[in-house]
Amino acid sequence: MSAAGNTPGACDPPALRLSGITAGYERRSPVLRDVSLTVRKGEAVGLLGPSGCGKSTLARVAALLHRPWAGTVHLAGQPARGWRYRAPRAQRTFAGVVFQQPRTAADPRLTLHALIAEPLRATGRAVEATDRVGRLADAVGLGPELLTRRPHEVSDGQLQRACVARALVLDPGLLVCDEMTAMLDASTTAALVTVVEDYRARTGAALLAVGHDRTLLERWCDRTVEAAGLGAPDERSRTPRARETTPAGTPASGT
Amino acid sequence: MNQAQTTTAPGPKTATEPGPAPSAEPLLSVTGLTVRFRMRAGRQVAAVTDVSFGLAPGECLALVGESGCGKSVLASALLGLLPGNARTDGSALLHARGGQPRLDLLTADEPTLARTVRGRRVGLVPQSPAGHLTPVRTVRAQLTETVRELRGLRGPELAAATVAAAERAAFPADHLDRYPHELSGGLAQRAATALALVGDAPVLLADEPTTGLDRALVDRTVDELRGHTADGRGLLIITHDLAAAERIADRVAVMYAGRLVELAPAARFFGTPGPRHPYARGLLEALPERAFTPIPGMPPELDALPAGCAFAPRCPRADERCATRPEPDDGLACHHPLVPAGTASEETHA
Ligand code: SF4
Repeated sequence: MSAAGNTPGACDPPALRLSGITAGYERRSPVLRDVSLTVRKGEAVGLLGPSGCGKSTLARVAALLHRPWAGTVHLAGQPARGWRYRAPRAQRTFAGVVFQQPRTAADPRLTLHALIAEPLRATGRAVEATDRVGRLADAVGLGPELLTRRPHEVSDGQLQRACVARALVLDPGLLVCDEMTAMLDASTTAALVTVVEDYRARTGAALLAVGHDRTLLERWCDRTVEAAGLGAPDERSRTPRARETTPAGTPASGT
Repeated sequence: MNQAQTTTAPGPKTATEPGPAPSAEPLLSVTGLTVRFRMRAGRQVAAVTDVSFGLAPGECLALVGESGCGKSVLASALLGLLPGNARTDGSALLHARGGQPRLDLLTADEPTLARTVRGRRVGLVPQSPAGHLTPVRTVRAQLTETVRELRGLRGPELAAATVAAAERAAFPADHLDRYPHELSGGLAQRAATALALVGDAPVLLADEPTTGLDRALVDRTVDELRGHTADGRGLLIITHDLAAAERIADRVAVMYAGRLVELAPAARFFGTPGPRHPYARGLLEALPERAFTPIPGMPPELDALPAGCAFAPRCPRADERCATRPEPDDGLACHHPLVPAGTASEETHA
């Protein structure tokens, strides 16, 4: 699977284009090698693969949170010009990200209200907080009382609702959901997917949903791609690390 | 797999009382288990309320529910691991077995729990194996220590028993000298399971054992856990993963707002006629392979439970009767249960 074949209208550049991405954490053992993936404007793409296949790294590259060793990232047609805090603000805020573990993704000192407002504060838009946080809290089903609590005073499900609201607070053109619902029960999963889909229907934002749950991603997304077919470690680039982290006996294609 | 058997419509009598299978003496009988936490400013959290169930030898019971429904508190209560501000009521009897006396887990003192219960009579397969394993010691070191402690072995016998313990949980011997962070999620889970199995505890308690694992690994992990019931162990698996529960459970217990709202044979629950409690039905229908529709709203706060049925604000079948809390009866706590299709009479409404 590659960028080839997706020919969006010239006036509408894809929300995300990853080309020839090679990335990893330890020298000489990339978890991704020469990966290309395009998500068109407004499109929902599910990226499927077992743990350790590099799909989370790809999500982090797409959100400009992890700098690849090689390859290019285009967001809404613009080449990425930096990573993490060095990314220009417009690019840094283009993607809203939700991770698997709300506990590690949330500052434990902040109330849920402050947590949702954090990106506004970080971009000098704190004045908009009351209005925007209120609206988003409604959308994700968090009442005013819950917003005054801190992460340790709420359940995983409630905290993940806050994290989804935070990811939407700057009106991203692309949502990156990395195993967003892996910790959640069926009802909270369906509720948060509904929130994301309502937002996308309203704004035309694109989605890259990364996960291992084929049933979920096939139901949720316009199309799904296998991480294994993208140039994640395969016979071409089999590294010790890649083999180790792929559980023995797991069929490469999942179920 | 274990779904093949009976789908007798009215269902065999499900036990809300201790003593699940009439033939077998249960391993564990939980009766009226209640846990309250005292919080700041006089707040009181009703984490678990009046929960009763039994666990028979060889049985797998899955306890399911949304996060924050009290299921993990229940697990902590059974292990005597509740924090100091908790108050418990009811009983959780571990029955006499293999020379061990009958014991109430809720009233046993800490030395008894530490010396004779945890690891020996109740084995815990933890939620996050990575957090449960000591990061600075190899799997072999940790397993050896546990084998020495629980089985009193020394020297070459100890070394052999350590390897055997790893084998039982299908943990590869050539990975024994690794540190926890060098293991994949699946292998870390097996290492934790190996530790839980060392003491040959008749009751295995698995608290969200598959969190964060991908589907293939979830399936394998729960299959392996289920396998450990073959020699008469009882497995209580606490999970939010309905697919995992469907795969291995004999019975399903659904918890909502601290109470058991339905306790049913798994085949009936996941197959026909399906859950009878509106909450259980909603939870199942939220699955992407079913309607993928959330239950509206969120569970109530456990420190501010409504007087009647706690599910009423979210329930499509709620009426004025639901302002009175439904008492559990025949494995169900609901005034207006969903009547299985094909059953003749709608239950009478007030
Ligand atoms: S008792 Fe009433 S509100 Fe509660 S689940 Fe049953 S029908 Fe719904």
